[in-house]
Amino acid sequence: MKDDSTSPVKGTSLWRDAMRRLLRNRLAVFGLIVLVFISVSVIVGPAVIEATTGYTYDYIPADNELVKAMAPSLKHPMGTDEAGRDILARVLQGGRISLLVGIISTLVSLIVGVSYGAIAGFLGGRIDNLMMRIVDILYAIPYILIVVVLLAVFGGTNSPEWIKWLTKLIGAEGNQGISQILLLFFALGLVSWLTMARVVRGQILSLKNEEFVLAARASGVSNVGIIFRHLIPNALGPVIVYATLTVPSVMLAEAFLSFLGLGVQAPYASWGSLASAGIKNIAIFPWQLIFPGLTMALTLFSLNFLGDGLRDALDPQTRKF
Amino acid sequence: MLGFILKRLLLIIPMALIAVSVTWALIRVAPGTFYSSEKKIPAAVEAKLREKYGLDDPWYKQYGIMLSNIARGDFGISLKYEGQPVNEIIARHLPYSAVIGLLAYLLALAIGLVAGTIAALRQNSAFDYASMAAAMLGLSVPNFVLGPLLVLVFSFWLYLLPPARWGGFTSLILPVVTLAAIYAAYIARLTRAGLLEVMRSDYIRTARAKGLSERSVILRHALRGGLLPVVSFTGPALAALLAGTVVVEKVFAIPGLGNIFIQSVLNRDEPLVLGIVAFISVLVMIFNLIVDIAYGFIDPRIRYE
Repeated sequence: MKDDSTSPVKGTSLWRDAMRRLLRNRLAVFGLIVLVFISVSVIVGPAVIEATTGYTYDYIPADNELVKAMAPSLKHPMGTDEAGRDILARVLQGGRISLLVGIISTLVSLIVGVSYGAIAGFLGGRIDNLMMRIVDILYAIPYILIVVVLLAVFGGTNSPEWIKWLTKLIGAEGNQGISQILLLFFALGLVSWLTMARVVRGQILSLKNEEFVLAARASGVSNVGIIFRHLIPNALGPVIVYATLTVPSVMLAEAFLSFLGLGVQAPYASWGSLASAGIKNIAIFPWQLIFPGLTMALTLFSLNFLGDGLRDALDPQTRKF
Repeated sequence: MLGFILKRLLLIIPMALIAVSVTWALIRVAPGTFYSSEKKIPAAVEAKLREKYGLDDPWYKQYGIMLSNIARGDFGISLKYEGQPVNEIIARHLPYSAVIGLLAYLLALAIGLVAGTIAALRQNSAFDYASMAAAMLGLSVPNFVLGPLLVLVFSFWLYLLPPARWGGFTSLILPVVTLAAIYAAYIARLTRAGLLEVMRSDYIRTARAKGLSERSVILRHALRGGLLPVVSFTGPALAALLAGTVVVEKVFAIPGLGNIFIQSVLNRDEPLVLGIVAFISVLVMIFNLIVDIAYGFIDPRIRYE
């Protein structure tokens, strides 16, 4: 701080300013570090464990003596489940799916929500009114009930044709587990864009009468160009904050659905489905619930801290707190 | 004001019917018949059902009949629980969810408001940091992890409380605490943020300047404005509470509405599914309306036309 007075004044962008504020927030930095650690672990972890010990998420020991739930030990830091599968390997593999669900569903909500909100806010008038009434109606419906129905009736062998086609597209033709996961992405993405649309619309409404929009229009930029090249980039701050906070809520929803047996299904695992399996044995093999549960809680904890930190850094409204 | 309430009340029915329609379409578009073929239904019942639901009619006619039945509050007869009207099933299982949900909400409100207010008044104190860290933890630990952990500690290790099922006040403690945790966390954060913002506003300075005691500045002026975000959270909270009770009912083996809903969905018990969706949609929308009305009373700046 001190040498500011002696060195020549340097310009600072909004983003660099926000970054500096974010890095000063210890909790947010803690969240960021934990998230990086967890991401790296779930990406390379399964391969490392397989190379060093031979355990994979679906490896069941050939020796029948070992096909049982074992308490945590050096060999199995998180213990094993009743089939003798290493829980650490399963937690890491499950983390891939849990994080992927969070990220992909948030991307879906970003694409749909940002476009929808921006178009409504920019066009204004009757179209805006109609579009936002639709959002209001969807908002009032307890969507979780409908997601439960969607996953239950289209789950398992009943996956719709386009999901089967999508499964084929990513090279897993006929793999029901993958189809179910794709359906989950879709179902969660479908319901998480509503708030995003509202946030973006509010931003666009306040931006669209600014002079730079007039300038763009005067130089002949099309409506689509104005929305996507000029308005959305300027509304990015709140969008990033909200997206960061969407990830944990989507991950919780995924875990909730997997817990009910409607989400990720065997042989695949997510933190939700692992915890769900662990609950049955809570009295005798508590580690089967505790490790997946705590890993998930730590991840959500970090995401929430990071989201809070980003909001404080990017949103001038709350900066004073 | 009255016109506003009337308009909103009238909107509830079509909106609930939209939710029912989406659910109906999902069930019908999915492969397989809606009364599952692997479960044998007696021929007489089947004929009667086909007649009652007009299964051989074109879809738009079936849709129309279903919609008009539900709009009139006749949810039909359950397919799984033969001969039992859906209305009765809902009435029988609702009290469990309602008791747990209500108690959890009151508990969350009490903890959240007190912790949030103290945290805001003593900003940056140890209490502030501790309670906000606890709130963050409450937001991050999924309730299906928290519930079993509480059972593990209080039932299996300390033998203090029953681990599951319905029976007496002690059996309510763990489910209610499990359900309340996340709302207490939300409410504490909202209360703190709301109060911090209000405490810097001009009308609080005015209240202080005219010599009011700190106590009445906070209780009569600051809380009123600072609690607005908490009030508007109550609407979405009810919707989220429903999802929460599903988990809590499953973890603690409580025969509430959430458990019945999941069962009915897995059974493809169409009348029961649609009945519960209609019922809960109406409930949530009525609650949202109450919240909006309360908002107008608390904040006189808000006017409804």
